[in-house]
Amino acid sequence: MATYEITTRSIRGDLKTDTMILNMGPQHPSTHGVLRLELVVDGEIIVDVIPHIGYLHRCFEKHAEQMTNYQQVIPYTDRMDYVAAMGNELAYVLAVEKLMGLEVPERVQYIRVIMAELQRIASHLLAIGTYGLDLGAFTPFLWCFREREKILDMFEITCGARLLYNYIWIGGVSHDLPSEFGKKLKDFLKTFPKALKEINDLLTFNKIFIDRTANVGVLPADVAINYGCSGPMLRGSGVKFDLRKNEPYLVYDRFEFDIPVGEGKMGTVGDCWDRYYVRVREMEESLKIIEQAWEQIPAGDVHSAIPRKVRPPQGEVYFRTENPRGEIGFYIISDGHSSSPFRVKARAPSFVNLSVLPEISKGYMIADLVAILGSVDIVLGEVDR
Amino acid sequence: MGLLDKRFENENIVITTVEDVLNWARLSSLWMMQFGLACCAIEMMAASASHFDIMRFGIIPRSSPRQADLMIVAGTVTLKMASRVKRLYEQMPDPKYVISMGSCANCGGPYWEHGYHVLKGVDRVIPVDVYVPGCPPRPEALLEGIIKLREKIRRESIVKKKLPPVYVEEK
Amino acid sequence: MQPTEIYERIKEKFEDAIVEFKPDAITEPYLEVKPDRIKDICEFLRDEPELAFDYLMCLSGVDYANGTLGVVYHIYSMKHAHRFVLKVKVPVENPVVKSVESVWKSANWHEREAYDMFGIIFEGHPDLRRILMPYDWPEGSYPLRKDFQVPEFYNGMKVPY
Repeated sequence: MATYEITTRSIRGDLKTDTMILNMGPQHPSTHGVLRLELVVDGEIIVDVIPHIGYLHRCFEKHAEQMTNYQQVIPYTDRMDYVAAMGNELAYVLAVEKLMGLEVPERVQYIRVIMAELQRIASHLLAIGTYGLDLGAFTPFLWCFREREKILDMFEITCGARLLYNYIWIGGVSHDLPSEFGKKLKDFLKTFPKALKEINDLLTFNKIFIDRTANVGVLPADVAINYGCSGPMLRGSGVKFDLRKNEPYLVYDRFEFDIPVGEGKMGTVGDCWDRYYVRVREMEESLKIIEQAWEQIPAGDVHSAIPRKVRPPQGEVYFRTENPRGEIGFYIISDGHSSSPFRVKARAPSFVNLSVLPEISKGYMIADLVAILGSVDIVLGEVDR
Repeated sequence: MGLLDKRFENENIVITTVEDVLNWARLSSLWMMQFGLACCAIEMMAASASHFDIMRFGIIPRSSPRQADLMIVAGTVTLKMASRVKRLYEQMPDPKYVISMGSCANCGGPYWEHGYHVLKGVDRVIPVDVYVPGCPPRPEALLEGIIKLREKIRRESIVKKKLPPVYVEEK
Repeated sequence: MQPTEIYERIKEKFEDAIVEFKPDAITEPYLEVKPDRIKDICEFLRDEPELAFDYLMCLSGVDYANGTLGVVYHIYSMKHAHRFVLKVKVPVENPVVKSVESVWKSANWHEREAYDMFGIIFEGHPDLRRILMPYDWPEGSYPLRKDFQVPEFYNGMKVPY
């Protein structure tokens, strides 16, 4: 719990003060998008936080019902979590393939794993860079974006887009890996550990950073599970749960990698520093997965299993995968005779992770709230869908 | 360059027009208000990072609308957000410019047909100077939009109306 | 545990609350229960040590386009690593379901979204109001229903293209 006491008496005696409502409005440099937080504060100490969302509600679920077929929904899933677009496409495509009972070739599965792990590194780089920017450190932001440009370069030579790809299709992928991809990937695998060490030296073990994030925003493990948190929020509280190991999909069961959890090295288990450090260590594990996947990747045709008409049988499916922000799930109902879905519900990780914010920020100061919000790592596109 | 007629050669005298100097001052230091709404905000952030570097054009991000004169509307504007966009625009002091970045801000984007909560183009609430198409536009496209805005500012004129005709009586 | 075994455990205690169990549905079996007993069943599922369903994966509202609305619950157990699906169906004239917010706190925002998009009223929810749409969106206009009409103007702004 918090280390500051909420007092309603002044030093001199019986002067009762009142709480004030402060608005951290939709336009704010540190709220990672259009999020409105209504803070009830007693001086500088927070009594309550009421989040107001919906400023980016773009009607994804209505579009999914009205599109003419299942494949046209894929660009809309891209735009939900726009920082880690490959993960959303992957979850939706795997859900539809499970509903149809479609088998994809091995080369496609390895390509999807490589793309998903590269996207995980890019997303964590952005999270770390903007987290440093929120707390006042400008240089890690520039270094993280420099590394991110190399990954976006690799995406661009494969599918032509930097941010929103429409690359993973039902039954395969849209383009095979070009010939320069291998060389760029090998260069990246050689230079990235050095850059990660630089960022670590500058930010992660920096005394000012540790003072601002350790023992702040402590989330106990049972509260995290009851609130439905997932991803680095859950693992930062000490729960060793990762969908790539617990419910393996694609070919993740063939790789050897570790699941980092928060241990309370710099403060309590489940504080902001733990969640941040889980993200840093996850990037190292993703590098290992990409190396092993690149060695084992077989040759093959990536377009051979793409069906002409996608018409799943009547039924429903709920499939979940591990996005950089947590567990993303798609619940799809198909009515068997039309070529577009009957209902698509996207369970976004940031939507559920954000609901725990009032619980973990009571009793801290307003400046700590910025640190807590940065460690939750939300993307408003998927909170509002 | 065309803005200044005489350079500092042997005398410290420059001859120019008032319009040219004012326009040159305005276009060289457009301070932008950080107003990223959705996916285009990530490309705007990438444009301000070191690879594409928007700061070499004199554009510094400022958090408060009172200190900015350029608003880049990057991302989808929803009906819930539209009144706040208008309020922020009115809080910016004159002269102010607006760049609409991305197809969601231009015309509603991919949500034009079935989006019941999406405002189909930010020009339904505020006046826009330059439209940058793309979904999302590359950082180079945003830089091109800024260059076009600079050319538009260079052509601005203090004199806005035609002067009324003067009658001279014949003697 | 397999879904059929979980169904047997529920049937022992709540025989009267069950509407239908479909063991051979694509892709997962599901159990349909009565809307006013869903909270008791969920408490039993969470507190029973052999079932231990402590994680609510997803709660979605559905409009079945034949005059019924529904809510679908996907739950998971961290300890035993098994999952289960529960369903509830209500008529569109009186869409009242008991809230499970006291069982799993993650249901708080999910139920607010189901109310916002479909108009399903959750009895016992501490704070049931709109979450994604603006607070002055007209009452009775629920966007994800199949018979939703896009309004022409909202606060002076033209909504269609």
